[in-house]
Amino acid sequence: MEPATAGYGQHVPRRLLVIRLVVLLTALLGVNYVAWRWVFSVNWDAWWIAVPLVLAETFSLVDSLLFGLAMWRLKERGEPPPAAPGLTVDVLIATYNEPIDLVMRTARAALAIDYPHRTWVLDDGNRPEMREAAEAEGIGWITRSAEWAGMPRHAKAGNLNNALLVTEGEFLLILDADQVPLPAILDRTLGYFEDPQMALVQTPQWFANVPDDDPLGSQAPLFYGPIQQGKDGWNAAFFCGSNAIIRREALMQLGVSRYADAVEAGVQRALRTARSVLRQARRGLGPDDDAVRRALDSIEYDISRARRELARGEALMDVTYRFQQRVASVRRELVAADLTALQSDLAAIAELERSAGEADDGLAGIDLGALDQLSARDWSPLGAVETVQALVDAVDVDLGSEAQPIMPMATISVTEDMATCMRLHGLGWRTAYHHEVLAHGLAPEDLPTMLTQRLRWAQGTVQVMFRENPLLQRRLTWGQRLMYFATMWSYLSGFAALVYLAAPIIYLTVGVLPVRALSTEFFIRLVPFLVVNQLLFLVVAAGRPTWRGQQYSLALFPVWIKSFTSAFGNVFLGRSLDFAVTPKTRQEVDRPPWHLVRPQLLAMAALVVAAIIGVVRVGTGHAGAAGTAFNIAWIGFDLAIFSVIIKAARYRGFDPAATAPPTARRGAA
Amino acid sequence: MIEFAVDTTAEGVGVVTPKGRLNMASARGLKEVLDGLVAGGTSRIVVDLAETTFLDSSGLGALIAGLKSARQAGGDLRVARPTEAVTTVFKLTNLDRVLRPRDTVEGAFDA
Repeated sequence: MEPATAGYGQHVPRRLLVIRLVVLLTALLGVNYVAWRWVFSVNWDAWWIAVPLVLAETFSLVDSLLFGLAMWRLKERGEPPPAAPGLTVDVLIATYNEPIDLVMRTARAALAIDYPHRTWVLDDGNRPEMREAAEAEGIGWITRSAEWAGMPRHAKAGNLNNALLVTEGEFLLILDADQVPLPAILDRTLGYFEDPQMALVQTPQWFANVPDDDPLGSQAPLFYGPIQQGKDGWNAAFFCGSNAIIRREALMQLGVSRYADAVEAGVQRALRTARSVLRQARRGLGPDDDAVRRALDSIEYDISRARRELARGEALMDVTYRFQQRVASVRRELVAADLTALQSDLAAIAELERSAGEADDGLAGIDLGALDQLSARDWSPLGAVETVQALVDAVDVDLGSEAQPIMPMATISVTEDMATCMRLHGLGWRTAYHHEVLAHGLAPEDLPTMLTQRLRWAQGTVQVMFRENPLLQRRLTWGQRLMYFATMWSYLSGFAALVYLAAPIIYLTVGVLPVRALSTEFFIRLVPFLVVNQLLFLVVAAGRPTWRGQQYSLALFPVWIKSFTSAFGNVFLGRSLDFAVTPKTRQEVDRPPWHLVRPQLLAMAALVVAAIIGVVRVGTGHAGAAGTAFNIAWIGFDLAIFSVIIKAARYRGFDPAATAPPTARRGAA
Repeated sequence: MIEFAVDTTAEGVGVVTPKGRLNMASARGLKEVLDGLVAGGTSRIVVDLAETTFLDSSGLGALIAGLKSARQAGGDLRVARPTEAVTTVFKLTNLDRVLRPRDTVEGAFDA
């Protein structure tokens, strides 16, 4: 990743023109090929493999078109505007269980940032030794407030939301515990906030502990580069959780407006539910329960009134306050009316308590508060009373199930950043991607940790797609919707990879061809598309390595598939994601963890066996030489892609001696 | 700088009057005042915004947090007499759908 430098901007128009030309060519040739495939080339006799293959190819075409769309507006911002003096900034370092030394290394670097600011460690682990270490060096320490006890914690999003309410700077620099900031990070980014609509500036995540050949694919030179710059061109630069500067007002406004929306939706839903619960309760009443029936009628009348008031546009809090007061009073009447029936029970209980030495005045001592408690007790003989209680709880407009009513950082996903950013864009805020390495991070150094991290990212993205599909967000522009959708779409590659593996294996072993014929026309349409597609990568990358990224987008297919199935189970079936925090320190392993990549190893074995069978079939006259050669070449490509898995499993961690110091090569920014 | 005048009416309603800019720097102060009132047994509260010259989303956040504490204690929080600029902030975030500002402090708990 080369940092943006002054003067680079002069080349942009020509570079952009070239990119647009190749984007157009790719789109034309791609549509030409895939349309022809659908209309003329699907071997419907072997539909069970032919249809999956043409679908996979269509997936790849859409992926390529979305990439092209982003590149169409590639925005290289160059030198940032100067930072205005006198802004207030909080630097927030989020930690959960990382070693104290690692957090303190980041915290000291944060303290040393040039622009005036305050530094805070957000310690979700609530560790006394973390607090001691931070405060000894004049660094603030924040942990969850008492309100969070027994409430959903929402991981990092919750940690940040908690800190937002106890800090007060106009701007927040968010850092992961292992992202060591450079002193210039604020001076180089605050200038963008001269634009009053600018909510967020993201800088690259670059990792210092990665060798040049990057066996685990940690660096994302294409993402923290052209892809973010392309999204930036559509005002859709992504927030990536760390190394970003955010305007507090934007986040708080998001929190307040989300609160207002949530209350409105919650109240409407609660009133609907209340009515059906009420009708349910009435069905269970006997002929003698007149008093109860009257009470339920009265509450049903109040529900209708509340709904009418809401429809008239009365403020939610006024409507629900009146409703809750009415229900509370009906409930008290009900319990009072039923007390005669209860008296014998109560006497027995009072007797018990007296014998235990706790004098009780019996019924005379029961005040309204005690009645409230009474109706909540399990032993209450009236199921309807409990139902009434449930109604009141349901219309609890204070979102009682959350620690804070205001949750600026989105909690709908394990990766809070993407959802938060999409909502900010929905409110009309702008974001920027500043292409300059301003923090040195640590990447996972072993395969298990890397796989956990990639799974988490993918799951988070897919969760957002299921919960708040960007294509349906009416407040986003179409460009923004497609930029968000593109990232989600790309994770579908796991399913496409399965088909790309299966097709050559099926041809070589049983001779079934998913296309009508491997004719000249087929190659004339396919090959130019493949060539311009690679050319687009080449032009866009401008010297950045892209092969690792291409390898991993297919080679991690089991991870991508799992992210879809687990996120689907989580969002629609309420299952756990098996969420794990990414370990920041190396896990010691004695031998390569082959078991974690078993699907890939099996796939590679199947490819090799299929190639051998294919050769034998040609030798015995069961298969044509041309088709076999084409499919063996395809297998060769698949094996080259998958070879990275073996490299990754054998990787033993970063050895600084084997690589030149990163500052000499990359840190010149 | 901001000042919070705190008063209690004869009916036991707490009246908080933030004087000055209610922004990210002073929001926490307001939240503490409101929490203090609720903890002291005053759960019906009016926040008089007549002397609030500026209100941002952090200020709104403090009002919402106060509303939550008051409601959990069985009371309520009402806002009264916002200036035009403050009303705009309510509208911008849709919070006017949730909280209706009252015209007077005295009548804030009437309806």
